Amino acid sequence: MNVGRATGSNALALWRQRLFSTPVQSAITLLLMAFTVWALAPLVRWALINATWVGETRNDCAPGGACWVFVKARFGQFMYGFYPPMERWRPNLLGIVALLGLAPLFILQGRARLRLGIAVLLVLPPLGIWLLGGGFGLAAIETRQWGGLMLTLFIAVYAGLIAIPLGILLAIGRQSRLPLIRTIAVIFIEFWRGVPIIAVIFLASLLLPLIMPANVSVDRLTRAVVGLGLVIAAYMAEAVRGGLQALPKGQAEAAAALGLGYWQTTGLIILPQALRISLPAMTNEFIALIKNTTLVLVVSILDLLGIAQSSFADPAWVGMNMEAYLFSGTIYWLICFALSRWSRSLEAGGPKGH
Amino acid sequence: MLRRLLYDSKVRDLFWQIVICAGLIGLTVFFVRNASQNMVNAGIASGFDFLWRTSGIDVPFVLTGYQPSGSIWSLFWAGVANTMFVSLIAMVLSTLLGFVIGLARLSSHWLLGAVAGAYVEFVRNIPLLFFVLFWYFGVIAALPAPKDSISLFSALFLNNRGLTVPSANDGTVFGLALAAIVLAGLLQWLVMRRAAARKAATGQDTPVLAIGLVLCGVVPLLALMLATRATGWDMPQAGRFNLRGGFVIIPEFVALLAALVTYTAGFVAEIVRGGISAVPKGQREAAASLGLKPGQILRFVVIPQAMRVMIPPMTSQYLNVLKNSSFGAAIAYPDLVSLFMGSALNNTGQAIEIIAMTLAVYLFFGLIVSALMNWYNARIALVTR
Repeated sequence: MNVGRATGSNALALWRQRLFSTPVQSAITLLLMAFTVWALAPLVRWALINATWVGETRNDCAPGGACWVFVKARFGQFMYGFYPPMERWRPNLLGIVALLGLAPLFILQGRARLRLGIAVLLVLPPLGIWLLGGGFGLAAIETRQWGGLMLTLFIAVYAGLIAIPLGILLAIGRQSRLPLIRTIAVIFIEFWRGVPIIAVIFLASLLLPLIMPANVSVDRLTRAVVGLGLVIAAYMAEAVRGGLQALPKGQAEAAAALGLGYWQTTGLIILPQALRISLPAMTNEFIALIKNTTLVLVVSILDLLGIAQSSFADPAWVGMNMEAYLFSGTIYWLICFALSRWSRSLEAGGPKGH
Repeated sequence: MLRRLLYDSKVRDLFWQIVICAGLIGLTVFFVRNASQNMVNAGIASGFDFLWRTSGIDVPFVLTGYQPSGSIWSLFWAGVANTMFVSLIAMVLSTLLGFVIGLARLSSHWLLGAVAGAYVEFVRNIPLLFFVLFWYFGVIAALPAPKDSISLFSALFLNNRGLTVPSANDGTVFGLALAAIVLAGLLQWLVMRRAAARKAATGQDTPVLAIGLVLCGVVPLLALMLATRATGWDMPQAGRFNLRGGFVIIPEFVALLAALVTYTAGFVAEIVRGGISAVPKGQREAAASLGLKPGQILRFVVIPQAMRVMIPPMTSQYLNVLKNSSFGAAIAYPDLVSLFMGSALNNTGQAIEIIAMTLAVYLFFGLIVSALMNWYNARIALVTR
């Protein structure tokens, strides 16, 4: 079977071989096809064929089909939540700046890439908070007005900014030869990995204000981001540990023989190689983080799924549950699927260099 | 002298550990002082006395015999029971579905593999909360009203208020059946030990599976039937507007279970596929050349080796199911988090005690599941000399 050269009758033979080689195989094929048609045909009919694409209100929608007018009318909310429409250029600008800053990282090599990476890491996060939150010349916008896809990405990125460095530190701590540090790292990791994330979000929203001095108030969104960041840090630590354990011991010994100290060995020899090995696993944890951002719903922060959920209450658009779910679900799926493909291609590429 | 001390690695190790320990203690003291100050300011009590107060919280789905007039302590146990109930059923069903999908992915039939692969790719890249909400607000809310219930053998009724199943007039018979199942399981375990010893000694097979089916299936069923002969069944009946009788499994449970099973099965399928593909092809070929039949190859050669690869990730999947059952809080399924960390916390305001108790339950069960899986793993591990 040569798939690459299968043309004309060859292709036909190939598909016959795949689907109808024996009577049992043919029976399975027909059964599966019937099942697929039975399951998908109503969906396709509803979502595409009978759907209404143009119009302004609910009345423009034909019954028996999806009402995509609803998504069009509420597109702004799905993307930005209740962020003031006049200020929506700010998240847009942030997105463009982030793309422009990150794109060269895939092109540049070596030292230039490292320098740009550090610059992006130092500049973008504060810039993002300033652009979205305001202050210093921009109108202040409270976090309870943030929402939609913008908020989902914000939570994922900022919780990731807590989780990745903390996770790396914890993984190094777990491998440390100092027993006390090892114990602290193990307890921290196993505790956060052992409890449900939903409970952690409740915990963060209840306990963070309690353990801070009375005059310090912690923003609701900050609490959720910190809670998520702590849990994902524990999972990240386990992903990084895999990479650390995969490194041959000789690497550290050779570095020590060259006279490098502990931090030099870790920072210049161990981590660069270990992180390269654990990058696929870390990407998978990041996908899990994106999926878990939806849990902020329980403390009534309206991310993409929360906005979809809250739209059911709109009297002008009653009964749009399926449209809202299909639209938001597709966005989640596209983001996570793209990331998981990337992670898999990293895995296939394997560790380079050493 | 001082210089030598400064560069001594033991001294340095001790120094850094003391620094980090002092930092952590300082941080903890800072947090605890703030918390006690804030609690005094807000007038929140502390201590575990609240557990004996009357809860007054109405729970729509109770397995423990909890009453709103009971204590908060009994509410805690009602939550634990509901969490365990949905988790255990979800673990069993997602294992079954996951095995089917994982094996389908490996099948030589191209389309079957493709459909199973599509399912896995679909499920794994969507948040679990999405499935929970989708099943609850999308699917179950769209089911017919109770008067137009979908009925199965006129015994099961599915509608947008949940699933109504027959129940016994006297609930204790279920306890009896449960005891019979446990007893049968113990007997079966003894039979399997005897059969293994016999096989080792004489090479003869014992029909373990048939004995097991009789013991674990027929015996408890007979016990249940005999017991309900005395008390009678409480069958759901279609009334004009509503169903009467039977036991109602609330829609929150159905939605949470469906979401947990469909989601987790995608992950189990990947574990099964990984485990089976990890068995070298030569093992199968060698078994075939020894004259083993395909079923025997799978049972005696492939699966025992695949299990070794599958057990660690399956452990974490089971723990995930337990933790993910807390997603029920989003649709008000009365699990531990939603009853105790939600309702009880709102009523009493004692955040620290309640959060600590809730997390302790998950950590405790997590430890038990890990210990059981470690024990099983050690039993089936490769014995090397």
